[in-house]
Amino acid sequence: MEKNLISITTLCSTYEIEISFIDALYKTGLIQIVIIEHNQFIHQDQISDLEKMIRLYHELNVNIEGIDVVFNLLEKEKELREELNTLKNRLRLYENE
Amino acid sequence: MAFIDYYKILGVSKSATEKEIKAAYRKLARKYHPDLNPDNKEAEKKFKEINEANEVLSAPENRKKYDKYGKDWKHGEVYEKAQQQQQQTHYQSNQQGFSSQEYSDFFESMFGGARTSSRQSHYQKFKGQDFHAELHLDLKDVYTTHKQVLTVNNKNIRLTIPAGVENAQDIKIKGKGGAGLNGGPNGDLYIKFIINNRTQFKRDGSTLYSNVNLDLYISLLGGEIMVDTFDGKVKLKIAPETQNETKVKLKGKGFPVYKKEGEFGDLIITYHIKNPTNLSEKEIELFKELQKLR
Repeated sequence: MEKNLISITTLCSTYEIEISFIDALYKTGLIQIVIIEHNQFIHQDQISDLEKMIRLYHELNVNIEGIDVVFNLLEKEKELREELNTLKNRLRLYENE
Repeated sequence: MAFIDYYKILGVSKSATEKEIKAAYRKLARKYHPDLNPDNKEAEKKFKEINEANEVLSAPENRKKYDKYGKDWKHGEVYEKAQQQQQQTHYQSNQQGFSSQEYSDFFESMFGGARTSSRQSHYQKFKGQDFHAELHLDLKDVYTTHKQVLTVNNKNIRLTIPAGVENAQDIKIKGKGGAGLNGGPNGDLYIKFIINNRTQFKRDGSTLYSNVNLDLYISLLGGEIMVDTFDGKVKLKIAPETQNETKVKLKGKGFPVYKKEGEFGDLIITYHIKNPTNLSEKEIELFKELQKLR
């Protein structure tokens, strides 16, 4: 079994979440699930995002659809910040000329 | 140590019910939560404040104590000290989530440390704090991939800085942030590169720009000149009758392309023709003759 996969059962008990929550995230396309011999796993690279989703859900009462919207907007915001940095760097070409 | 008005922070009145406090906290938390405000230090500070206010006002015992001593909390310290030892044991054994240093001095003096009861604190125990650091480098430093040892929170971190990294670019180093709590994973370290350019070249990604002055006679008659590139000098042929502001592209003489080893951008050179000054009488005479020919 691949080392970087974490069993969903373990995750649910560690984070004290229902398996239905993971299912709902999967159905919305927010996480990817790997099935090996009837056991479900998620890749460890997704743990950080999963923790964020759990916090949004439990701490801020954001529902699954809301989490989807938040993640899409955060992704767009990240792209915009990167674009802003690129433009700022480009602007320097014309400064002090 | 200044008094902190937790009611004001949450925007509720002193007679607010538990439900109102919870609603106010949730509303503000949705606005300032660090997950929704990445890299926003102001929001992070504000979130800590509202979290602290909620810790106090949402727990009836703490709220009672806060209301009792209020602005005169200093007088309450005598009472507190008597009970502090007992409480310290309790708080330390239960401490999860925010480390005590994330609470204000005011909170510490009244409540001795972090309280835990909410689900929120419960989840935050798993991952350590993310650290953010800035690394200032010269443009020359990022022309080649190199290794550097950084000291972050007394820990030495060996870092490979890839050639061609951009100014203001962030990189994430997994697991090099604060220690995880209760066996949880460490936080991450985010390093922002601040690149100072003290060279004659201007940079846009992997493309470099520079200006080269051309002597009038070379621009008119052509010839050869030596020009600086980022990694040394190259000889360039100047075509006769080269005009001012002519641009030439030196392929592959620009900056390394980020994470594409051995690939370089271009160097764009703009020629600026410099006319001679302090002309002698003979030169003026000859220029006049040339003028008559046109």
